Amino acid sequence: MFRRLPEIETATQAVSFTIDGRPASARAGDSVAAALLANGVTACRTTPVSGAARGPYCMMGVCFDCLVTIDGTGNRQGCQVRVAPGMAVETQNGKREVER
Amino acid sequence: MSAPNPKFDFDIAVVGSGPAGLAAAALAASKGASVVLLDEQAEPGGQIYRAVTETPVRDRKVLGPDYWHGAELLGPLRDSGAAHWPGAVVWSVARPREDAADGHRPIQIGLSRNGSAAMLTVRHVILATGALERPFPIPGWTLPGVLGAGAAQVLLKTSGLVPSGATVMAGSGPLLWLLAWQYLQAGARIDAILDTTPKENWRAALPLLPGFLRSPYLGKGMKLMLEVRRKLTVIGNVTALRAEGAIGGDSALKSVVYTRNGAEHRLPADTLLLHHGVIPNLNLANATGCAQRWDEQQRCWRPTTDEWGATSVEGVSLAGDGAGIGGARAAEEAGRLAALDALHRLGRIGREQRDKAAVPFRAALDRALTGRAFLDTLYTPAEAFRAPADDTIVCRCEEITAGAVREAVRLGCSGPNQAKSFLRCGMGPCQGRLCGPTVTEVIAAERGVSPAEVGYYRLRPPVKPITLAELAALPKTDADIDAVFKH
Amino acid sequence: MTQPSRGGEYDVAVIGGGLVGSALAWGLARAGQTVAMLDEGDIAVRPSRGNFALVWVQGKGLGMPEYAGWTKKSSDDWSGFADLLREQTGLDVAYRRPGGFMPMLSEEDLQARANTMMRLHNQPDMIRYPYEVMDRETLRKELPFIGPDVVGGTYCPLDGHCNSLRLLRTLHKGIGLLGVDYRPNHRVERIEHRDGGFRMSIADGGAGGEVRAGKIVLAAGHDSARLAPMVGLSAPVRPQRGHVIVTEKTAPFLHHPTVYVRQTDEGGVMIGDSFEEAGFDTTLQPGISSAIAERAIRFFPLLGKLNVVRSWAALRVLTPDGFPIYEESKTAPGAFVATCHSGVTLAANHALTLAPLIAAGGLGDGFTPFSARRFHVPQAA
Ligand SMILES: Cc1cc2nc3c(=O)[nH]c(=O)nc-3n(C[C@H](O)[C@@H](O)[C@H](O)COP(=O)(O)OP(=O)(O)OC[C@H]3O[C@@H](n4cnc5c(N)ncnc54)[C@H](O)[C@@H]3O)c2cc1C
Ligand SMILES: Cc1cc2nc3c(=O)[nH]c(=O)nc-3n(C[C@H](O)[C@H](O)[C@H](O)COP(=O)(O)OP(=O)(O)OC[C@H]3O[C@@H](n4cnc5c(N)ncnc54)[C@H](O)[C@@H]3O)c2cc1C
Ligand code: FES
Repeated sequence: MFRRLPEIETATQAVSFTIDGRPASARAGDSVAAALLANGVTACRTTPVSGAARGPYCMMGVCFDCLVTIDGTGNRQGCQVRVAPGMAVETQNGKREVER
Repeated sequence: MSAPNPKFDFDIAVVGSGPAGLAAAALAASKGASVVLLDEQAEPGGQIYRAVTETPVRDRKVLGPDYWHGAELLGPLRDSGAAHWPGAVVWSVARPREDAADGHRPIQIGLSRNGSAAMLTVRHVILATGALERPFPIPGWTLPGVLGAGAAQVLLKTSGLVPSGATVMAGSGPLLWLLAWQYLQAGARIDAILDTTPKENWRAALPLLPGFLRSPYLGKGMKLMLEVRRKLTVIGNVTALRAEGAIGGDSALKSVVYTRNGAEHRLPADTLLLHHGVIPNLNLANATGCAQRWDEQQRCWRPTTDEWGATSVEGVSLAGDGAGIGGARAAEEAGRLAALDALHRLGRIGREQRDKAAVPFRAALDRALTGRAFLDTLYTPAEAFRAPADDTIVCRCEEITAGAVREAVRLGCSGPNQAKSFLRCGMGPCQGRLCGPTVTEVIAAERGVSPAEVGYYRLRPPVKPITLAELAALPKTDADIDAVFKH
Repeated sequence: MTQPSRGGEYDVAVIGGGLVGSALAWGLARAGQTVAMLDEGDIAVRPSRGNFALVWVQGKGLGMPEYAGWTKKSSDDWSGFADLLREQTGLDVAYRRPGGFMPMLSEEDLQARANTMMRLHNQPDMIRYPYEVMDRETLRKELPFIGPDVVGGTYCPLDGHCNSLRLLRTLHKGIGLLGVDYRPNHRVERIEHRDGGFRMSIADGGAGGEVRAGKIVLAAGHDSARLAPMVGLSAPVRPQRGHVIVTEKTAPFLHHPTVYVRQTDEGGVMIGDSFEEAGFDTTLQPGISSAIAERAIRFFPLLGKLNVVRSWAALRVLTPDGFPIYEESKTAPGAFVATCHSGVTLAANHALTLAPLIAAGGLGDGFTPFSARRFHVPQAA
């Protein structure tokens, strides 16, 4: 669980997006993974091997545990993509589907 | 800046815009070479200076003066005329088959930017890909809510996010203390720090203390550690750790179990931040074919380099923590040295000019490295964390346990490459970054030999995933097409 | 890594621990032989770790009908072989035989392919098997995701695939359970035929020393070319490079293997492969990977979005005519060579048919066509 430091300006920097269809808000400059954590979503997917839940681990693009579906494309590294207005972020279940 | 050679898109490509890459690119371009600085991040700064141009954490005392030093590296880069391409993932560095007519064998860099791949041709490349946190495999480290301390620091720098709820930090090393200190300045909650520094390490490290006493870390490092120790609960001599989710569930972290003086204790936790130091991020160098060696003191693999950062592959040099851990100030100086040598190799400056210009940088590098041996030795993680118990997952991607690796050794796997084909460890998207060091340590311990003898994964491009469509769109020769379609 | 239990004396030593050597060692040990398997270490030229994992029948054997029959036999025995391995080791090598396709991108290629299949089946002594030449619409019913460039293809119900890395591991586990003495880091430098047996000197860089055995089987892949003449055999093999690409794990969507694209049991899509004469260089060529990717997308456009997670180049072990060599030495009886470029497909044969013959002492007349002498005898015009 993560919270924004109180002194940080968020009002003018707010970005609206959705998590699994639910409206959510982040700050411009947040990565998708940071935006999920800021919204209380610590688990962003289940693994294709055992189905265990996973969430962001390294935040620097090396562990691939932050994979999510972004605007309809699966297995994107949430920590390497910046959240954008209107973005549709979906948590993932197991293997990616070839058509998304 | 000279006009790019028509055959070469740039004289020099620098991969990574941390302190090493920023300094290398600025110096090389200021001497007239055409330079491109590539980094997968959207902003320059690397790991230490992440988001230095745009961090929302404006109170300078939170991130501290070392962080803000990063901003000073950006002006010279801008003034140098080097091209800066952020958001460019480098997935391959290679030499094509035939030699160029002018004697320089060109280097081809595969990169992916905004969803499309391209090949860039340069004469020299400086890899400044930095470090990553050493894998810290404990039971439950894959649970959501468990992150690297460095990862949590990225959240702080880029987004001003700090843990809420019960927070435990565990491990050892300067970065752990730095983060705890930054959290203190920011007013974040930390319930406990579990210090895993093995008692025995002190014995080995003490003879190295005199060097450390002259080190630039000493003053600020000590001050910061003392403040953390005074204000927070620090539990020392932790010899085992386990992260647990809800009973019978694996959905998210609920508690941390640690062993101290042989007894187990449990702490409730929503967030566990792990750290056992950093190791070179060597995937790109390895896949480029650069020779590497086992560094016993830092207990990691590092590419072999000469005093200029030149690797075993002609035209490829390394600078910064990617070549062996030295810290940000050392990275900066190493970047400058690599740039001077590249300029020399490209015929832009003579040997004497290179050597003369290098003198202050080399002196600064030596100063920055003073005392490193003490820290490396003191903070070497205990064997139980480097080669964990059988039930611990070592390969997060393929969910392979240490026990499975040991069984492969019993089948006759003498190194990580055969283990990889037997078990799939290292075959997932992270390409062994999070399991390679552990797999080598487990095999070495099981066989009773040194990690140097066991070896490391042999990696191949792409070192970062690219889509099949991106790959398909790359240029190809008639021979390439015939080798595939004419059969 | 067990120590030699019998003072370095074995009924048979298998040289090479790739798919061919492991399958033979497994079969030899099952036949009651005491076996040592000598292999190189962690880093080696070992296409058994880099292949495409097809258990493939269609199209093979034009020019040597015996090879077509040999291949079909292995395919027929594969399912039972996989069962035996599972019972013994608890590991599933994921063998499936749903029938395989060779899709085609031009009418001309499709016609040429149909002709090849016809000529293959019209050879004298050919053991025929079912196959179909399909037009685009028929093919699309079976492979719904084909792209607009695909004009049709051929289909054979005998074609299948497995998890070939797991096969290698399973064979290694199996030979361990059967008491085979597996010795990695035992590169054989020299072989001497003396006193009715064989002495192998082990390279100094590895374990060093000497291993002795009554019989030997050369299954050293590319290195068999060097070793064979030491015991009066010949294995004129050359490396032919092939690039392969694998994507991230994807929910199952491709239910049949094709020659160029197949989905593994783990979910990754494997995409192959090229045919290059490049010696022992295994450096990846981006242009070749690109051409492979392009072809795969023409077959299945929806693959374009998938992420490539790994790629590599491996070296096929090829004889001049592409067919296997199985032979016993005339001058050093008890020395055998086994080499082929379809070590996955033929694993069932190697384990269940060839190994028992070697254990019993000889290959018999059925294997005459596979002798390397075919490369030395001047061809009658
Ligand atoms: C998460 C983390 C946090 C850290 N925080 C601190 C800190 O606060 N204070 C401190 O003293 N030290 C810190 N360190 C230690 C760090 O190694 C620094 O000493 C310093 O950042 C090293 O500088 P560098 O230039 O060698 O590499 P880095 O600063 O790590 O820069 C490397 C850059 O290369 C880029 N890169 C890597 N691979 C590729 C690729 N294939 N394609 C494109 N770009 C690529 C990365 O995105 C990165 O920006 C941290 C390390 C980590 C891993
Ligand atoms: C790209 C590609 C795709 C392929 N696809 C398929 C396919 O789909 N289906 C199929 O059936 N086949 C396929 N193959 C072929 C298959 O991989 C090979 O037939 C098979 O791996 C050969 O096995 P081997 O044991 O003969 O050789 P290797 O795998 O080379 O094994 C030889 C072993 O001998 C060891 N060795 C070498 N020299 C010595 C020595 N002096 N002393 C001791 N040990 C030694 C080596 O270390 C190695 O372990 C493919 C091959 C390639 C390259
Ligand atoms: S959190 Fe590790 S790759 Fe994104």
